[in-house]
Amino acid sequence: MTATLDKDTDTETQAGAIPSFEVTIKVRRFIPENSDEPYWEQHTLTMYGTDRVLDALHKIKWETDGTLTFRRSCAHGICGSDAIRINGRNRLACKTLLKDLNPDKGPIIVEPIKGLPVVKDLIVDMEPFFASYREIMPFLITSGNQPSKERIQSAEQRERFDDTTKCILCAACTSSCPVFWTDGQYFGPAAIVNAHRFIFDSRDEGATQRLEILNDKEGVWRCRTTFNCTEACPRGIEVTKAIQEVKRAMIRRAF
Amino acid sequence: MTANIDNPRAPYVRKKITRSNFEMWGWLFMRGSGVILVVLIFGHLFVNLMVGEGVNRIDFAFVGGKWASPFWQMWDLLMLWLAMIHGTNGVRTIINDYAEKHVTRAILKIGLYSAFILTVVLGTLVIFTFDPCPANAPADLLPSFC
Ligand code: HEM
Ligand code: FES
Repeated sequence: MTATLDKDTDTETQAGAIPSFEVTIKVRRFIPENSDEPYWEQHTLTMYGTDRVLDALHKIKWETDGTLTFRRSCAHGICGSDAIRINGRNRLACKTLLKDLNPDKGPIIVEPIKGLPVVKDLIVDMEPFFASYREIMPFLITSGNQPSKERIQSAEQRERFDDTTKCILCAACTSSCPVFWTDGQYFGPAAIVNAHRFIFDSRDEGATQRLEILNDKEGVWRCRTTFNCTEACPRGIEVTKAIQEVKRAMIRRAF
Repeated sequence: MTANIDNPRAPYVRKKITRSNFEMWGWLFMRGSGVILVVLIFGHLFVNLMVGEGVNRIDFAFVGGKWASPFWQMWDLLMLWLAMIHGTNGVRTIINDYAEKHVTRAILKIGLYSAFILTVVLGTLVIFTFDPCPANAPADLLPSFC
């Protein structure tokens, strides 16, 4: 017999069955049509060891309260739609297993990510975030004639910026940054990570322009190395390190 | 009646582009001055508190004697200026980090810069105009060279 967390079931659990348990999800709701005040709402659900926070949100939306609003698309940590604040940490709802959140030790707290205007419930307005992203020119900049075949790059040259190619623009890093919380004009970690991706790409020729853009009062120097962004990144990008590498490139350029 | 609604398709725009090397120099200065301050502050503490009889020696004559020497004048002047610029720039950063409203930021910074100017001006004045041998003072309180 498999051990289950569900102690008071009379029926024998079948061998190999997935353990189920009770979780309480405490969601921060905000419905601007009804009230200007956000409020907390609790749901207690029976979930399984293989379930993620996203599954709990689905269960609430599909079975209890269809008004609960959140973004998700791929449900597999690729599209970057469902970054939310779970127990005070920014996570993708689709990559966070409920069983890893100590569901037996009180409710799991689910809020929208901080620092961006909340549109409804868990949905925030991502436009300021994408605006900063567009400002750093996230595309290849070259000059001269196009090569007839590919732009050649060695494995080492590709490795130089490999880490920052992994960004899925979920905003978990930028909305975990305390500087961004109080100063929405700060470019934020994600914009710097995506600038890093091109600044250190040997095929790209726009490094100077990008360094110029980020050498702003609201640019890289605003970073206080709190490491919240590195901790929050669902792709494991060393965000803080990338920001410091951009700072170093700026200092090199000045001397 | 027509309600005023913001254009929902209006793109977000950066309020002001503030590109300059100012913040970079500030960042470098914090590190550079930090390294020099380690030497200055611990040298200062060592000489004042540890050498000889230590803290018990400190009196008017001790301070007067130190500031009669150009070496200690320069040491203390450098320590004053570096610590004040370093500390003020640090608090400026903290104000930028925590104050959300422009008015709050402005008021706090006016207070900060006023305190900076007052301290640096007074400190510099004292270091250079300090009279170790004021007239009519009891001789046992004065440095030996008076
Ligand atoms: C003993 C030698 C010192 C060293 C090595 C040092 C080093 C530093 C460094 C590197 C920073 C920048 C931190 C950052 O950018 O995040 C900093 C910040 C700061 N320093 Fe110093 N410092 C020293 C002495 C002082 C003194 C004497 C004062 C006060 C007059 C002071 C006040 C500050 C303040 C207020 C900040 C801003 C706080 C912060 O950034 O979190 N420091 N210090
Ligand atoms: S739903 Fe696509 S990243 Fe989570």
